[in-house]
Amino acid sequence: MCEFTAKDYKKGQPRWCPGCGDHFFLASLHKAMAEIGVAPWDIAVISGIGCSSRLPHYMNTYGMNTIHGRSAAIATGCKVANPNLTVWQVSGDGDGLAIGGNHFIHANRRNVNLNMILLNNRIYGLTKGQYSPTSPRGFVSKSSPYGTVEDPFCPAELCFGARGHFFARAVATDAAGTVDILKAAYKHQGSSVCEILQNCVIFNHGTHESVYTKEGRAKNAIYLEHGKPMLFGENKEFGLVQEGFGLKVVKLGENGITEKDILVHDAHCEDNTLQMKLALMQGPEFPVALGVIRDVEAPTYDDGVYAQIEEVSAKKNYHNFEELLLTNDTWEVK
Amino acid sequence: MAEEMIVKELDQVVVRFSGDSGDGMQLAGNLFSTISATVGNDISTFPDYPADIRAPQGSLTGVSGFQVHIGAGKVFTPGDECDVLVAMNAAALKTQYKFAKSTACIIIDTDCFQKSDLEKAAFKTDNPIEEMGIKNDVIAAPISQMVKDCLADSGMDNKSMLKCRNMFALGLVCWLFNRDLTIAENFLREKFAKKPAIAEANIKVIHAGYDYGHNTHSSVAHTYRIESKTVNPGKYMDITGNKATAYGFIAAAEKAGLKLYLGSYPITPATDVLHELSKHKSLGVVTVQCEDEIAGCASAVGASYAGALAVTSTSGPGICLKSEAMNLAVIMELPLVVLDVQRGGPATGLPTKSEQTDLLQVLFGRNGESPMPVLAATSPTDCFDAAYEASKIALEHMTPVVLLTDAFVANGSAAWKLPKLAEYPAINPPYVPAELKGTWTPYQRNEEGVRYWAIPGTEGFTHILGGLEKDNATGAISTNPENHHLMTQLRQQKIEKIQVPDVEVEGDKDDAELLIVGFGGTYGHLHAAMDELRAAGKKVALAHFKYINPLPANTAEVMKKYPKVVVAEQNMGQFAGYLRMKLDGFVPYQYNEVKGQPFVVNELVSAFTEILNK
Repeated sequence: MCEFTAKDYKKGQPRWCPGCGDHFFLASLHKAMAEIGVAPWDIAVISGIGCSSRLPHYMNTYGMNTIHGRSAAIATGCKVANPNLTVWQVSGDGDGLAIGGNHFIHANRRNVNLNMILLNNRIYGLTKGQYSPTSPRGFVSKSSPYGTVEDPFCPAELCFGARGHFFARAVATDAAGTVDILKAAYKHQGSSVCEILQNCVIFNHGTHESVYTKEGRAKNAIYLEHGKPMLFGENKEFGLVQEGFGLKVVKLGENGITEKDILVHDAHCEDNTLQMKLALMQGPEFPVALGVIRDVEAPTYDDGVYAQIEEVSAKKNYHNFEELLLTNDTWEVK
Repeated sequence: MAEEMIVKELDQVVVRFSGDSGDGMQLAGNLFSTISATVGNDISTFPDYPADIRAPQGSLTGVSGFQVHIGAGKVFTPGDECDVLVAMNAAALKTQYKFAKSTACIIIDTDCFQKSDLEKAAFKTDNPIEEMGIKNDVIAAPISQMVKDCLADSGMDNKSMLKCRNMFALGLVCWLFNRDLTIAENFLREKFAKKPAIAEANIKVIHAGYDYGHNTHSSVAHTYRIESKTVNPGKYMDITGNKATAYGFIAAAEKAGLKLYLGSYPITPATDVLHELSKHKSLGVVTVQCEDEIAGCASAVGASYAGALAVTSTSGPGICLKSEAMNLAVIMELPLVVLDVQRGGPATGLPTKSEQTDLLQVLFGRNGESPMPVLAATSPTDCFDAAYEASKIALEHMTPVVLLTDAFVANGSAAWKLPKLAEYPAINPPYVPAELKGTWTPYQRNEEGVRYWAIPGTEGFTHILGGLEKDNATGAISTNPENHHLMTQLRQQKIEKIQVPDVEVEGDKDDAELLIVGFGGTYGHLHAAMDELRAAGKKVALAHFKYINPLPANTAEVMKKYPKVVVAEQNMGQFAGYLRMKLDGFVPYQYNEVKGQPFVVNELVSAFTEILNK
């Protein structure tokens, strides 16, 4: 049994802007990998194109920094061809949800055993500041000088809509929270989407501001943990309850509310209705949900592929090329 | 005795089965070619099916045809026109008669020439034979009724009984060509192994068709015999180009000791390769039907990085979508085979028809300097060798390779002698030598300029590849101008260094007045045209190309050797243009046709004769 430290996964000097959320995430990824303990040479980190997609260059693992939007498809081929590898797929909001949207939803639908990281700063950074598919309506950018006239995606909604089985969220500056969800994503068999909320200091400074600091998160975020009551606030004085088909924030002690009335998080629930409500919560009315929101076991694609190969192999009487030839109608010319 | 029939010896014959797309014409045609091949005839077949899933029954657009060319000696094409035309309904006669020789024998099912059938086929009178001015021998038989009579006590319903009509026609054709029905019986019993009643019904009907011909002599003057002159003994099977392509990949993966991965997306006429490979799980083949063409190719790039023989297959607009990920494999220098079964374009074009119009796209249709080897299979059976060779080049030279076939060779079939894998050359990918551990960098090259392959999972060789230009020495991202120029040259030289066999000159290689030049799937037609011209006393040779990039080393020498050269291709002159780019001062005659149909040998002969007479 080898033991690794974060240093064993580290390579090179990142070239992101000072203060970029990518720096924080990279450090958390190194740390999470060391805690997981899979050898660097048994890992492939596969990204697309964009600021965050530079990440594989700073990994002492196998990996590819590929083409814009295609990393989920490339990672699928890599994992299915070599299921012994642990595959981390990394993309940004533009890479993963705009040009790569189709691959993102289908990787989730198939449930390929990939750890899919979505670094969401709600902006195209590498092309110097255009609105992305997660930028809010009205967002002013170089390509939307009068504000956008379109609505954004919520990544969790896409993941759930594609019948994804794992979705978690962390803030880049929160190392412990990030490491926790990365470990949970690794542990989950199947496609695991981790949305990382991060700042772009140059082109979208202040996005996710309400939860970017520890103090902010204490007020404006809720850490969801399976089996634990949904409490939040600086002194855990607030909680979530169900009201009709929606959620409501309540204060403990007010109107006779006690901890017993508070919803308990069930990440393993097959029905994603409540998980969806949690993932869609926004301030100021609601806290932003962090942690593992959905984590449901389901058959994985790569396991299915190999189970079928094994099953069919046992039934068929040909196992090499020349035996295959003889399964055809043949005739002899003398 | 009046019973005696004249049996005419023939060297070759072309039979065309046609009917409604639900009439089982492909099966009848296939079965007839298998029966003929089994007695040692050479065969070449071509299905001609409509693009519609199911046009209205009896309509002109719903006609499906299957042409079989059988010969005592080698046959190169499915034939221009047929000697026997089977038309199972009025619409088939209307649309298919143009494929019949003036001497052809025509077989029709009179039960499907009733008033409503004639109306659907847009006949104006109730005598279609007269209306079309047909002077040929016509065997007009009430096939549907005879099938029903024959199966009257089988307990089958009307619809099931009529499904056997194709076997009656086949029986009649078997009588006409003195074919033994035993092979057909065995085939049907195997095909319907789980439904023995269906097998027996079909067998009964095939005999009824045969006996009908025998008993009535069916108003024809003679029957035929085609003796076999085949001299290459061994075990054979009938194989289509698409199936042979799939087999070529399987064979190459086995030889190289690698897993075979196919990333694909359904598209006519390439889908049969996906179908075929999906069947062979017991050989460990992994097929992923992706969300789109892009993912088909992209996932194959991922599989290649992971250490598999990676293939992606497509046709038509699919090749446009794949070009981005193909380029990624170029810059990452990873092995990949891209199969393009060419069809009519542009855009959706003619999905079920054949062209050679993707050549320049696969050679040059990518951003940047993006050299890529290109091979073009020359016949249905050559698809096997071409797929094997494309895989070998990809794996040994760490490069994506394009394998071009086309709808004609992909769907056509021919008799194929079962290959022995031991006789095929070894495939040795340049795996990174273990002793380089510690000093290796990702773009370190062997003496042939090929990057080493380090498979993930190997300790000591972790590395990052990518779509950004890399420093040749360190493998890190580099925008250095000198390095980019160097990398561009290295990628180019690597492809130029690939050794391919010389192009062979067939025919009058020493003193031809005209050299015919072609590439890929037109080989059979060009060869047949050359044979006809030579039989008429002309001095003609053929140089047919399978290796397009790099071109064979003797290309310039061959092109210069003959007074006249004609490049004949099913596009507007793409190969001719490519040769002109590669060969200084080369100005050939051109024969270009883009009809979606195979060349017609007679038309080639007259066009080439005209060039000879200039």
